[in-house]
Amino acid sequence: MSTATGGNAVVVEGLVKRFGDFTALDGVDLTVPEGTVLGLLGPNGAGKTTVVRILSTLLQADAGRATVAGLDVATQAAQVRAVIGLTGQYAAVDEYLTGEENLEMVGRLYRLGKKEARSRATALLDRFDLSEAARRPAKTYSGGMRRRLDIAASLIARPRVLFLDEPTTGLDPRSRLGMWEFIADLVSDGTTILLTTQYLEEADRLADAMVVIDRGRVIARGTADELKAQVGGERLELTAGSVEGLARAAELLRPLALEEPRQDTQTRRLTLPVTGGAATLADALRRLEGSGVEVLDVGLRRPDLDDVFLTLTGRSAEDAEPGTEKQETPR
Amino acid sequence: MSSLSHTVSDSLVITRRNLIKVKRVPDLIVFATLSPIMFVLLFRYVFGGAINLPDGITYAEFLLPGIFAQTVVFGSTTTGASIAEDLQKGLIDRFRSLPMSRAAVLIGRTVADLGLNAISIVVMALTGLVVGWRITSSVPEAIGGFLLLLLFAFAVSWMMALVGLLVRTPEVVNNASFIVIFPLTFVANTFVPLESFPSVLRTFAEWNPVSSVVQAARELFGNQPASAPVPDAWALQNPVLYTIIWAAVILAVFVPLAVRAYLKTSTR
Repeated sequence: MSTATGGNAVVVEGLVKRFGDFTALDGVDLTVPEGTVLGLLGPNGAGKTTVVRILSTLLQADAGRATVAGLDVATQAAQVRAVIGLTGQYAAVDEYLTGEENLEMVGRLYRLGKKEARSRATALLDRFDLSEAARRPAKTYSGGMRRRLDIAASLIARPRVLFLDEPTTGLDPRSRLGMWEFIADLVSDGTTILLTTQYLEEADRLADAMVVIDRGRVIARGTADELKAQVGGERLELTAGSVEGLARAAELLRPLALEEPRQDTQTRRLTLPVTGGAATLADALRRLEGSGVEVLDVGLRRPDLDDVFLTLTGRSAEDAEPGTEKQETPR
Repeated sequence: MSSLSHTVSDSLVITRRNLIKVKRVPDLIVFATLSPIMFVLLFRYVFGGAINLPDGITYAEFLLPGIFAQTVVFGSTTTGASIAEDLQKGLIDRFRSLPMSRAAVLIGRTVADLGLNAISIVVMALTGLVVGWRITSSVPEAIGGFLLLLLFAFAVSWMMALVGLLVRTPEVVNNASFIVIFPLTFVANTFVPLESFPSVLRTFAEWNPVSSVVQAARELFGNQPASAPVPDAWALQNPVLYTIIWAAVILAVFVPLAVRAYLKTSTR
């Protein structure tokens, strides 16, 4: 199978999907080599979920071609379903069933024998830290526990390719960190994963390669380092006490910036891409000393999806156009 | 395994899942049976005296087959609401991504609801016996009466499954189906004899499949006095056959439509 697909577990070529007048995917190409993790990155409404839905046979593409494990998602849908696991945006667990019953049910529907389904369920509950809650209805689970149960369910048949659609959206920071550890663990097992996310940090942490999409088109691709090089390392961020102070600070710090500093007069926040880390921060503080600029807050941070977007498209990831939001949730 | 045995085993897994919910949320079954009990008592004691019946029959005998039919038809609306709920919670997406039989989710749902309806009928029959209802026919006929009620309810369940997949909001499914089901179960011989209906309504009621289900049940339970007038409409002269035809037609139309809608649907 790997000869036919050149070692790629997922191959997507020229994928197009329309919902009425709205073009959700406008010719998306991507590949996921076997045993690797691809981070599909984009703001709400970019088309991430539509890609996952087509690859998991829930939706049919209008044009283009996609294969999963060498199987065509359009013409070999039934075989595709036998080798994939899907974790959607909503934790799709049955609230009235216990964790154990949920996993056994999904295992049975993957055509595992009763015994096999039970023993795999037990092992997965243990692995995802749900053993204690195994006999409780999923209704009583926290958001993080439900997500874990959902991922466990999609793993029960040991899929060759796993789709994780925004696995940490809506989780508190602590659960998110926990979830990352679980996913990183899967990666070390060699499972091929296509992960969608709105968080650059998440893709950075989990993915071998990233594809950034916007309005149904791929706008960038590469490893995390390549993407960061494009976006330009870290950001120095400063909040000034007044709008005048903001302008003055921008002027004083301009020599340190790799690109023109960004000023937001609403939040009185100044953002500039820099290199050099702590030394640059110290330098910036020296420059501001005695200038009379009231600094409320200053620090370095890593670039986020918004920075990627500003660099690649010249607009913020938050500026979703009217109508684009609907696209993530097609009927 | 053949695809038929796959369908059967997957449907059993889903049926079991749906029945576990009933076990975990006992209120469901409590309210599903309390309301028919309430109906039996209300109609028996509040309206019973005001309704003119042919000689040789008590209102309890006349009423119970009507209550059975009304309750199982209402019970079938839960199929639509439950499917809409699964859709909302993303469970249908999960099922659709699994290598399972394409009809199993709907079969498992309608079969589980058939089970619930069977439980309601048992509860209503016991309540009926307490308030004076009696089966005066033979055992095979009585069993036939119960099976016919359940067959019709099962067919209605498939209609509701399609409604649930298209309407997608459980509350709306309930409200929408009540608008149809209420007139259907009341403009019928369910609670009052058809002789009391004005002419247009009477024609509708005579050909209303709910009337034929009720008529068939009355005949099969022996709740029809010999003095009862022979109905004018063919539907009521041959209620068992007419009911079976309706159930068969509903299933032939709505099973494929519902399965097709299921294959095309996805969460929100």
